[in-house]
Amino acid sequence: MKKYFQFLLILSALSVIPFWGNAQCKNFAKKAKIDLLPFIHDGIYNATVLSEGETAELYKTFYSGQQYRIAVVAEETMPKVEFKVMDSKRKVLYSNKEKGFAKTWDFTLESSQQLIIAIQVQTVETLIDEIAKGCVTVLVGFMNEEDKIQK
Amino acid sequence: MSIQQLNFRNIQIALFIGLAAIFFSCTNENNVLNDDGKQGETEDLETDFKVFKAKQIFFALPSPIETAMILKKAGAQYNEDFLNKLDNVNKYTTSKQMALNLGVYSADLSYASLYDQNQTSIKYMAASKKLADKLGILSAIDQSIINRLENNVNNRDSIMDIISETFMNSNSYLKDNQRTQIAAIILAGGWIEGLYLSTQLVKTTKNNKDLITRIIDQKLSLTTLINMLENENKVPNEDITSILKDINEIKLIFDQVKVNSSNIEPVGSKDDKVTKLSVKTEMIYKKEDIDRLIVKVENFRTSVIK
Repeated sequence: MKKYFQFLLILSALSVIPFWGNAQCKNFAKKAKIDLLPFIHDGIYNATVLSEGETAELYKTFYSGQQYRIAVVAEETMPKVEFKVMDSKRKVLYSNKEKGFAKTWDFTLESSQQLIIAIQVQTVETLIDEIAKGCVTVLVGFMNEEDKIQK
Repeated sequence: MSIQQLNFRNIQIALFIGLAAIFFSCTNENNVLNDDGKQGETEDLETDFKVFKAKQIFFALPSPIETAMILKKAGAQYNEDFLNKLDNVNKYTTSKQMALNLGVYSADLSYASLYDQNQTSIKYMAASKKLADKLGILSAIDQSIINRLENNVNNRDSIMDIISETFMNSNSYLKDNQRTQIAAIILAGGWIEGLYLSTQLVKTTKNNKDLITRIIDQKLSLTTLINMLENENKVPNEDITSILKDINEIKLIFDQVKVNSSNIEPVGSKDDKVTKLSVKTEMIYKKEDIDRLIVKVENFRTSVIK
């Protein structure tokens, strides 16, 4: 019976291992919201664990008349992260690589569009045994223009 | 078994878990493969984006707070009659009803808060908490959040920030606990309520051209919603299948509306701080299409909140 419980203990411990990283990303993403200020976070959670060279994409509709900020933030131990904003035909509209890997980009749209935010963790040029890996989050914020005008 | 034997056995278990953890983290590090099965190497980013298959795809719907903001900017007025009644909260017993209506109440809460309806906002936050608790979304909305809301009733930025935080707490908790199907249903509920509010407001707003534009804009996020639900339905879920059926009926009406856009051209501002994405769009629709949409959305929303 004891062996059975030990087996269950091991099994339940193993089952949570793959989610440790994601749970850590939640706290990381919360802290990363500071990069959006003074924009208001839209409340959508987009964070994942990525290794160097890996990519992720986010599809989102952005509306005309709003000022947006996109923030792509990675853990400090990670290599630089490139993010590109593309239209639905994958034409690149912005790449932070041309802006010294800036973490944020502010923009407005003349008319509402669906855009793709493609991120890629850069590879480290020096040869090391361990592959860099950590949380990367994509945060979208919008400006509360009404309050800005009142203030 | 003696205490010493037990301790030794516990150490063995801990060692085994530790080794297993190392094994798992190593396999995760090596799972980036090119199409040809070789481990990824980056040379040119333009090529890499084509060669690499994105490890993760996110479908981000407009959050309720964003939708409410858009409606207000389009000239919508506040009308409490459009909100889902608070008394209904006790009627929802299935996970589908609870998740959809958590999205609905979140949208109503966002709409009320943007129009400084402070007491209503607090009541809708409490209703949202009730559904979040029933869904087992631990600590997404706790009493401290409601207290913060009460203490910041005169600061709209803070209120929006608190609502945004509760929304993030819910969807991060669900995603981290592999309950992404429930997270998707909540988002679908918020989306349909946003569309319901816009279509009802069109009926009661005299100069409603901007509101109609905002409704047609939802054709774009509808694609994201369908992609997200279909992605979640890869492991078939009867709740998502039934929601998809209704959403696809809405899509049939949206398909009658044509939206033509020019190429998008980025234009930098003088101080290089804010880029304007310049793009012209033409919307072609008949009044009957909008009328049919209003009816369809109203029927679907009635079935959601009943």
